[in-house]
Amino acid sequence: MTDTADTAEGIAITVNGQAVEARTGELLIDACERNGVYIPRFCYHPRMTPVGMCRMCLVEVDTGRGAALQPSCMLTCAPDMVVETESDLTKKAQDGVLEFLLINHPLDCPICDKGGECPLQDQTMAYGPGESRFVEEKRHYEKPIPINDNVYLDRERCILCDRCTRFAKEVAGDPLIHFQGRGNGTEVNTFPDEPFASYFSGNTVQICPVGALTAKPYRFKARPWDLEEVESTATIDSVGSRIVIQSSRNKVLRYLGVDSDAVNWGWLGDRERFSFEALNSELRLTEPLIASGEGHRVTTWSAALGAAADAIAKTPASRVAAIGGARLTNEAQYVWAKLLKDVIGTDHVDAQLGDGLPADLVLGLPRATIADACRPGGTIVLCGPDPKESLGALYLRLRHAVIEDGATLIELTPRSTGLSALAAHTLHPRPGELGALARALVAGTTDDVAGVSGAAIGAAHQAIAAGGPVTVLLGRASAAESAAVVAEAAAALSNIDDVGFLSTLTRGNVHGALDMGLAPGLLPGRQRLGAGIPRGWTSVPSETGLDSTGILTAAVAGEVDALILLGADPLRDFPDRHLAEQAFDAVDTVVAVDTLPTDSVAAADIVLAAAATTEVAGTFTNLEGRLSALAQKVTPPGTARPDWIIAAELALALGGDLAIQSLDDVWTELAAMSPVHAAIDPAAAAERDGVLVTGTIDYTPVEQGELPAKDAYALRLVSVRAMYDQGSSLAASPSSAGLHREPVLALHAADFEKLGVSAGDEVSVTSARGGVTLAVQSDPGVPRGSAVMVSHLGGPDPYDLIDTTTLVTEVLVERA
Amino acid sequence: MAEGYITHAPGYVLNDGPKIVTSRFVHDDSFTLTRSRATGGYQGLEACLAKSPAEVHDEVREAVLLGRGGAGFPAGTKWGFCPEGVWPRYLVVNGDESEPGTYKDRLLMELDPHQLIEGCLIACYALGLSQCFLYVRGEMALAQERIATALNDAYDAGLVGKNILGTDFSVDVVLHWGAGAYIVGEETALIESLEGNRGMPRLKPPFFPAAIGLYGKPTIVNNVETLSNVPWIISNGAEAYKRHGSESSPGTRMFAVSGHVKRPGVYEVEHGVTTFRDLIYGDNHCQGIRDGHQLKMFIPGGGSAPWFFEEHLDLPLEARPVGAAGSMLGSGAIVIMDDSTDAVQACLRVVRFFARESCGKCTPCREGTTWEEQILRRIYDGHGRPGDIDMLLDVADNISPGPYPVAADESQGLEAVPFPPKQTTICPLGPSSVAPIVSAIRRFRPEFEARIPVRTTIPVSAGQR
Repeated sequence: MTDTADTAEGIAITVNGQAVEARTGELLIDACERNGVYIPRFCYHPRMTPVGMCRMCLVEVDTGRGAALQPSCMLTCAPDMVVETESDLTKKAQDGVLEFLLINHPLDCPICDKGGECPLQDQTMAYGPGESRFVEEKRHYEKPIPINDNVYLDRERCILCDRCTRFAKEVAGDPLIHFQGRGNGTEVNTFPDEPFASYFSGNTVQICPVGALTAKPYRFKARPWDLEEVESTATIDSVGSRIVIQSSRNKVLRYLGVDSDAVNWGWLGDRERFSFEALNSELRLTEPLIASGEGHRVTTWSAALGAAADAIAKTPASRVAAIGGARLTNEAQYVWAKLLKDVIGTDHVDAQLGDGLPADLVLGLPRATIADACRPGGTIVLCGPDPKESLGALYLRLRHAVIEDGATLIELTPRSTGLSALAAHTLHPRPGELGALARALVAGTTDDVAGVSGAAIGAAHQAIAAGGPVTVLLGRASAAESAAVVAEAAAALSNIDDVGFLSTLTRGNVHGALDMGLAPGLLPGRQRLGAGIPRGWTSVPSETGLDSTGILTAAVAGEVDALILLGADPLRDFPDRHLAEQAFDAVDTVVAVDTLPTDSVAAADIVLAAAATTEVAGTFTNLEGRLSALAQKVTPPGTARPDWIIAAELALALGGDLAIQSLDDVWTELAAMSPVHAAIDPAAAAERDGVLVTGTIDYTPVEQGELPAKDAYALRLVSVRAMYDQGSSLAASPSSAGLHREPVLALHAADFEKLGVSAGDEVSVTSARGGVTLAVQSDPGVPRGSAVMVSHLGGPDPYDLIDTTTLVTEVLVERA
Repeated sequence: MAEGYITHAPGYVLNDGPKIVTSRFVHDDSFTLTRSRATGGYQGLEACLAKSPAEVHDEVREAVLLGRGGAGFPAGTKWGFCPEGVWPRYLVVNGDESEPGTYKDRLLMELDPHQLIEGCLIACYALGLSQCFLYVRGEMALAQERIATALNDAYDAGLVGKNILGTDFSVDVVLHWGAGAYIVGEETALIESLEGNRGMPRLKPPFFPAAIGLYGKPTIVNNVETLSNVPWIISNGAEAYKRHGSESSPGTRMFAVSGHVKRPGVYEVEHGVTTFRDLIYGDNHCQGIRDGHQLKMFIPGGGSAPWFFEEHLDLPLEARPVGAAGSMLGSGAIVIMDDSTDAVQACLRVVRFFARESCGKCTPCREGTTWEEQILRRIYDGHGRPGDIDMLLDVADNISPGPYPVAADESQGLEAVPFPPKQTTICPLGPSSVAPIVSAIRRFRPEFEARIPVRTTIPVSAGQR
């Protein structure tokens, strides 16, 4: 699928005597396949530059100068081309190539993981001489060598197609595996003592046309013919990559990327690819639990639901609050929203944990798709978290757009990102001053603003003015900087002509949660609370409720008695952990609906075991607002139930009836009450590219307020996330658990002298909230005056320092 | 040391006849700037700077300077292939001479580096280029050293660099050392290597280096000897150049002769006029096969070329007739083998070279050349099996499909298949390995068969069955 435009004008070529119409710029191998003529291939991959190495796709082509063998993967269709894919010459060449590939390939198919789904095996059945004339000894190498923590390389099986090495260099930008040696001794390998440390290494396993690359989580686990599969959507981050879930004997064994043109192009990040491990984890919650002494004891569903209902029923609606819901399917989110806002009647509902953006900002700004952001010649303004660390599949798309399609990247980030090397302009504002920088950028100021030189701002302004259509990737780059700061910047950036915003809120189905009303002041279907009682509902809360920060603050003040957690772990994930801890102490009853025993689950009074993503059907909404299907592949462990059933049962226990018996009922209600879902056929979500939910709500910008003057002795804290950390789902995935970095405090080298520290020193970092001690490191990607920490790494954590009531958190750094 | 082997590495041999590129080789200090300038060095550059670039280009085009790297494409025509309006453009000098049997470029670089630099400058002037890359094979330490010294001296003398000889013409020449890979002699692999990548050929067509080359820009890749001819052409004019050699192949050409002749070495001879017989047997040249032996076969154009025999001795040293006769003149490397040579062993030696030097990119070459070597090794060692010879030919056919270029054999009533061969690979390295196989088997099949043990079935009695 090279980027061939569906232009009306076709190119007439002849394939095996048949007239065929090729598209402009289409490769011969694609044109033939699209017209039902499959040409065998190994090195060709539609998402990578053709190299013509394996020579398997040789066909006889006559372009007017006589027929000759040409690699069809490197030949662009030209008018009047005459192609023979079945001629004697073609067949002889293909047979010869296949024989060459097989002479040194071990016949260990019976114990090879690829056996049964192996392009080499399959094409050997369809093409080639069928027997070997090779009597010499085959090539031998040391049996599988690990090239990183999760991928093994078996060089004997390798047919040197350049797919993995091309992927590493071209797609992932981690050229850490390469051809070495020459001639028959050529091998793929890493450089000495340099592992293939890529967030995307698992893709090489998927695209390997033989069993040379295998992934630890699947190695020797199953045979392909024993696997059942279903197409679904990955839910670990908000990109919503299309995947295939494969299982055997009711256990998920593998995710494979599926090529969705709109979303992930077949690629997955390793965290995403191996995330099913957490679902198979021994740690999974399988039964409802109820607090008993210091811990929990297993109870029955009726007892647990009854206890939860009692606690909620005796509490006035205004003293019930719910946090979370981004893990849920859209349907479960709807049912929970209806339970909370209609049956219980509270609006203290927030799917985000104080590390996101206001819902009306995300839903109110004109939205853009990934394809919009990646438009050839377009301009991308990155104003959010590092896509490489947070949204792997999006990172690969952005990388492609900048490198291959001439998109211009402008970064407005608190520190350098994985894309900085590709950015045309990288501006690092001081924390809290993003809005000022955005205003200056839009206006084209030539004064220094927010610690960024006027020349740099002017140059970036010129790039926006002169470049193509602008897409802003809007998210929360730092949890230590209030969402109000991002909102201020968004308001400024929305003045750019025809600008579109692509939300980069990262958490799973958070965009579905916003669409389904799991946010204060919202109802399902991107509607505000004041819009009246929706069809199918009996009531709505009378007043706009609190967001997570508000809920936890109110709880500390004794204004919340029952707190419902929908797959949320505020004790770990709320940026101000002290506030969360105090709130948990103050709340009477905490009901946690979750799949894994998080810190918050441990502190809950009632735990309702939920089914995880591969165990439920439904739909997912990604960061574009794209609806795509989730398929159930296996059954939940123990008596764990789908979230929507838990909500429906809880409603019954509360004496209400949601009148929802099935997921179809949800869609019937949505069609009736949601203006943005009314026209959508939920079946379209099962299409590979899903279906976009469009429509915005009215949005009034709110000013961030006065930023306190910077303390001359303090640094401003920047709290970012990394791809691998000690988050609960990663900790339950053996393949990913050990990959996190050690926590360090990253500073600009120029700040070292001022602070009297040097690299490697242990320093104490203190804020108004608390203090941590950790090693300090110099980092040229950190601007002067900022102190960067990665959260969730275990050990010293910025979430112990952050004060969410202020716009920025200032910290004092001293030698410990 | 076996009888007849020479004990010194063959070098330049002075013969009678016109000298265009080796005129300074008689001087011990031919590589110095002093000697170069004292013997007319850089006069071609001075003459060139007095003309317009188009005039210089026309002069070279007029001289029909055929490329000396192997393909024999006219340099003046190649220079005209850059697409309009695409800048910058580069000149790359292919000094990665590594074809088995070839060592003439090495002498040109070692003994007259200034002539080469002058040729580069003139080419850059004609084409309006300001950047030239001199890619020298990794093993050629002396050539690298002498070119480096020559470049330093030329820069100091204002002959290279900014405002050459006080004009507004400026060129930088960069010396790049290869790492010793045969395939980098292929121009697209050379460009990959220059860019810092692994030396592996790029597919062409659709794009030849003249259109998309170094760093994706139009690039002219010329051989060392080709460019070494340019100063003389500019100094003396195309007309004078065309007075030497034949009409279709003017000038002189260097041939590197090795093997079983009395006086191996590099000879500059008139292009297209001299015959193989003149070169091999002439008193002025190699003076014939060593005593007591007869010619068995010879390779007319480096290891990649199909073999020639006695009956081809009267062919002129010119690309077209040699190609029509089923081989190629290639890079001018002539390897003479007398009747003491074992055809199987000679074949194995040449094939082994290609198997070792395959870059590993295309499957047929990577796997096929090694397989060919293994089969030949088996036959040579006396472990061949009936059918191995035909299998070897079929494996070769899968690298180079169809009738392979080969010399005629009147004794068997077989006609020549003209050069070049077809290929299932990107570059001609893999198909080159087929040249010795087809040549040797076609002519000396009995020698191959004689090495394959005859297996007889031992009768087994019914009871033992």
